[in-house]
Amino acid sequence: MSDFVGEPATPRHEALRDPSATVSPWTRWTGGVPSSLDAMALELIDIKKHFGAVRANDGITLHVEAGTLHGLLGENGAGKSTLMKILSGFLKADAGTIRLDGTTLALGSPQAAIDAGIGMLHQDPLVFPPLTVLDNFLLGSPGRGLDRAAGAEELGEISSRLGFHFDPNAIVRTLTVGERQQLEITRLLWLGARLLIFDEPTTGISTSQRVELFATLRRLAADGLIVIFVSHKLEEIEELCDSVTVIRHGKVVGEVDMPVPTDRLVEMMFGEVVVEGDRPHVEMGSPALDIADVTITEGTTAIREWSLQTAAGEVIGLAGLEGSGQRTLLRALAGLVKVGSGRISVAGTDITTMSYRDRLRRGIHYLPAGRLEEGLVSGLTITEHLILAGERDAFFLDWDTATDHATDKIDGHQIKGRPESTAESLSGGNQQRLLLAMMPPTLELLLMEHPTRGLDIESAEYVWNRILARRSDGTTIVFASADLDELLRYSDRIVVFFSGEVFRVVPAAELDGDGLGYLIGGKERV
Amino acid sequence: MEVVRDLVSAATLASVVGSAAPLIYAAIGETIAEKAGVINLSLEGSLRLSAMVAFVIGFWTGNAVLGFLVAMAVAALIAALIAFASIELKLNQIAVGFVLALLAVDLASFLGDSFVGERGASVPPLAIPVLSDIPYIGQVLFDQNLSVYGSYVLIFASWFFIYRTRHGLILQGIGERPEGAYARGVRVNRLRYLYTILGGALAGIAGAAYSLDVKLGWRETLTLNLGWIALAIVIFGGWHPFRVALGCYLFGGLQVLAFQLQDVLPGLSQVLPIAPFPLMILALVIVYRDWFRRVGDRFPALRGVLASEPPAAIGTVFEPD
Amino acid sequence: MTTRQTRTRMGPTVVSLVAAGVVSIVLLVLVDAPPFEALGLLWDGAFGSADKTANTLLAWTPLVLAAAGLVITFASGLWNIGVEGQIIAGAIAATWVARVMPGPAGAVVPATIVAGIVGGAFWALLAGVLKTHGKVNEIFGGLGLDFLAAGLATYLVIGPWKRAGVASTSGTDLFREEAFLPSTTMFGAEFPLLAIVLALIGTIGVYYLLRGTRFGLELKAVGRNPESAFLLGIPTRAYLLGAFAVGGGLAGLGGTIQATGFHHKLVPAVSGGYGFLGILVVLLAALSARWVAPIALFFIMISTGSAQLDLRLDLDSAFGGVLQGIIVLFVLVGGAWAVWRTARARRRGS
Repeated sequence: MSDFVGEPATPRHEALRDPSATVSPWTRWTGGVPSSLDAMALELIDIKKHFGAVRANDGITLHVEAGTLHGLLGENGAGKSTLMKILSGFLKADAGTIRLDGTTLALGSPQAAIDAGIGMLHQDPLVFPPLTVLDNFLLGSPGRGLDRAAGAEELGEISSRLGFHFDPNAIVRTLTVGERQQLEITRLLWLGARLLIFDEPTTGISTSQRVELFATLRRLAADGLIVIFVSHKLEEIEELCDSVTVIRHGKVVGEVDMPVPTDRLVEMMFGEVVVEGDRPHVEMGSPALDIADVTITEGTTAIREWSLQTAAGEVIGLAGLEGSGQRTLLRALAGLVKVGSGRISVAGTDITTMSYRDRLRRGIHYLPAGRLEEGLVSGLTITEHLILAGERDAFFLDWDTATDHATDKIDGHQIKGRPESTAESLSGGNQQRLLLAMMPPTLELLLMEHPTRGLDIESAEYVWNRILARRSDGTTIVFASADLDELLRYSDRIVVFFSGEVFRVVPAAELDGDGLGYLIGGKERV
Repeated sequence: MEVVRDLVSAATLASVVGSAAPLIYAAIGETIAEKAGVINLSLEGSLRLSAMVAFVIGFWTGNAVLGFLVAMAVAALIAALIAFASIELKLNQIAVGFVLALLAVDLASFLGDSFVGERGASVPPLAIPVLSDIPYIGQVLFDQNLSVYGSYVLIFASWFFIYRTRHGLILQGIGERPEGAYARGVRVNRLRYLYTILGGALAGIAGAAYSLDVKLGWRETLTLNLGWIALAIVIFGGWHPFRVALGCYLFGGLQVLAFQLQDVLPGLSQVLPIAPFPLMILALVIVYRDWFRRVGDRFPALRGVLASEPPAAIGTVFEPD
Repeated sequence: MTTRQTRTRMGPTVVSLVAAGVVSIVLLVLVDAPPFEALGLLWDGAFGSADKTANTLLAWTPLVLAAAGLVITFASGLWNIGVEGQIIAGAIAATWVARVMPGPAGAVVPATIVAGIVGGAFWALLAGVLKTHGKVNEIFGGLGLDFLAAGLATYLVIGPWKRAGVASTSGTDLFREEAFLPSTTMFGAEFPLLAIVLALIGTIGVYYLLRGTRFGLELKAVGRNPESAFLLGIPTRAYLLGAFAVGGGLAGLGGTIQATGFHHKLVPAVSGGYGFLGILVVLLAALSARWVAPIALFFIMISTGSAQLDLRLDLDSAFGGVLQGIIVLFVLVGGAWAVWRTARARRRGS
């Protein structure tokens, strides 16, 4: 039944964990027990979790059979992470029931989850870089004493059955993310995990490691474990999973057995995308941004010898799942990431090696996603922000003029706040309005990341009106967004990123919601 | 030449070992707290106050053991306050530790004022039979007293605990990556309290050892700057008990050398005792260099000898969501 | 600071101050001292006569300058524990000028002042470069540099700059009188007017630098959020070094006053502990320049007044330090405690 059936290694801690147990989880995993796989299943019933007014999980019900690879699909912020944190004991649900093998679990701490046989592999594996592989393996395992020799033996035994190879004395800092994952998988199985959760495990690992990881996942499922694979990548879900649950806005929008047509997944993931209104038409101006044969590498992103020319006033939307390379491109254009080779020029000026501050002076402006993290300064007032963004002409500040100026800007941008309101006291929409108010009157290039994320409709409309008004001045606008509607509605052309590379560049008029969804998932509509 | 001969004489080395003992308690206590992720910056004050309290208790009761116990309680209380302010109140560890350092120093002077010049209890010398008869080594190591023997035990016990037990592994984990330890079912903040308080209690032993053993009696300058020096030695020692102990012995040696050189090179002899500070800075400078990191990853043993990075989560607050 | 913040802070602060007072009284009772007489003596010892007042004000100036410098470094998010060393470095630099420079007071005094500022700034920049270029935390770097400066001063006093014939830690020879920081005779006492003017310029200057200049505003932005500040176009690293230099310069000026105005020579303990005391002052002032001068005056009153306790009640003068420490600890912990309790009550309630 399984290719790893053999003499089971009995974890030393087993007797301590449950004195009455005669069968270790490890034995169970190797296929000895239970005899009937039907008895094993995970049931989540009506799980609710609120953060303030945000309903991260709004009554989620989920059923996963043992021996299957179950996908949990959803956009960033759909509520997948919250659900998995509840399952692994990091968060306590406000309401709901969790059952494993018919037993209702009282989770609420990681220890309780571990005891229940739930193992979570975090996106960034929670290992200890300065410690050795073996010490990472042993850290936190129950029992008494520290028998490294026995630990090394079990590490070797379990890992070799999984097809992993570790030097127990290597420092974990020198391991790749993929190897760290393998170490964690080995450890969780050793601890007796029957349910394994993989949270976006393919972020940060190489293609060959991904192939290896998927093979491991299949083997684990084939051996009767429950494997939940959390992802927002359609392609991976399609390749790997037996069944899929799709979550949107904290609710289950569908549970299907694979395979299903991709557009069904796309539709469930993004909802019905209706593009309202006509795209405002603006005459294209002269060539503005010229990206010529650039190669940019940062982390897992590798844009290779890529070119794009835009006209003044053009709006370029960057589509793709989070972390597919959009941010890297924006930051490279802003001067925050080095360009490997190639040439970038704006309005005829070569800016390839220009520093961030020089580009800022040249009218290249970058608006990052974290408004309060990378845009505004907590504790400083609206007036102070406007001074900081203003001309650096005078050493001394004239508070009266500055306050008047702030009052004007507050009126002009309809910010709900007073000149002395601090940045963190403003709502998200008003923070974004403040950031718009801080921009200089004329710009060559405006780079934005998720310009309307978390904003109400009115603020989002307002923000876009302001941005689009700059087109007539010849400002080129490049923005990244996860909102397909926003991309289709405001872009002239859309650059689709997939797994760290530019996948397609398409005129927005030629696309609809489904088509874009396909491209984002790394597929062409047939 | 005579200076050198004096330095390596058994009597001199015995006094180095003896005078380094209290510093070892303080520095290893701090090592444990910092390994757990908490900086107890109050060490200068904790030492001073516990030295004073130990002396006063010993003076009143004539019982040195009681003096040690109360001194441990006082320094542990200071440590507990830092842990509480940091873990619960989210106050800056540095701010609270710093204020407590200055406060405890003055509190010791103020409350101990009337005891200056008195003679109180002391730890009796206790030569270990047989071992103390070993020529040279016996005189250096085994003709001391209980608090010195305790320091030997502490060096090896703390090393064994940190690197050879499962609880020690967890201790390293909570200072390195508390969220990782938490995911493995460890109650991070509870352990941080425990280890910070334990470290404080060890500082209390250190203080008591100064006033009841090394330099009998109480005066304001008894432990002058030794708390700050212990902090520097922890960094120089790379948070490893053996190297920390080595740092303490080197410092003890420097003090003796300075004493010997007093007449020959008065300037140098005054300046020698600050050597731990530039060494600390040097250790911190090289540990972050890329070349050092590369060499260290390839030869972990070498890294252990030269310098170590601080526990990654040192000085930070951990909140389990 | 907005009025709302002030209002939420005032309550716990008052309670904390009262509690600190109660604890101090208990301590005095504990050592058999009449508590209210003792507290009265603090005032008397600090301001009981023209001489005492002049002395108190002279001690106040380096404390205010060090504290003002710390306001700058705290504003940029730095824990400048190296401030003691910066005071000493300033004193050493001023001493060097006072020893080697000929000429009248009109030339020597300004030169010592400039030298002190440069010396303090240089010492602070060492900690700054260690931080920005060597990743050495400014707390440990600063602590180390404190002791290095103290060691350097001791070495100079005993070695190269020793008094003719004798090498002792009691200090160098007195400076030429032309190098003394001038004082003014008023009410029959020598008032350190120039030092007071320098201190006021320093503290008011810091207030306006943070409140009224672009540099100050940008510095605050760097201190509160380096990422945002960088994206706003502020060169963060240079600004951190700038903060170190300004803070160290002010501390160094304090060192000059200690050497040329108070001791009239270099002594190993030339800093008088005013750097560390300055940190307490600034913590109590909630890191703002506005309250630094009055709080420093209150603290220095406690420090100089407590000498009186020694003379009149045979109490250790460390009582002053105890009182200062208790006040800061209680206000710090008391404020956070109040926040913690409300947060906990809210958690329980929901």
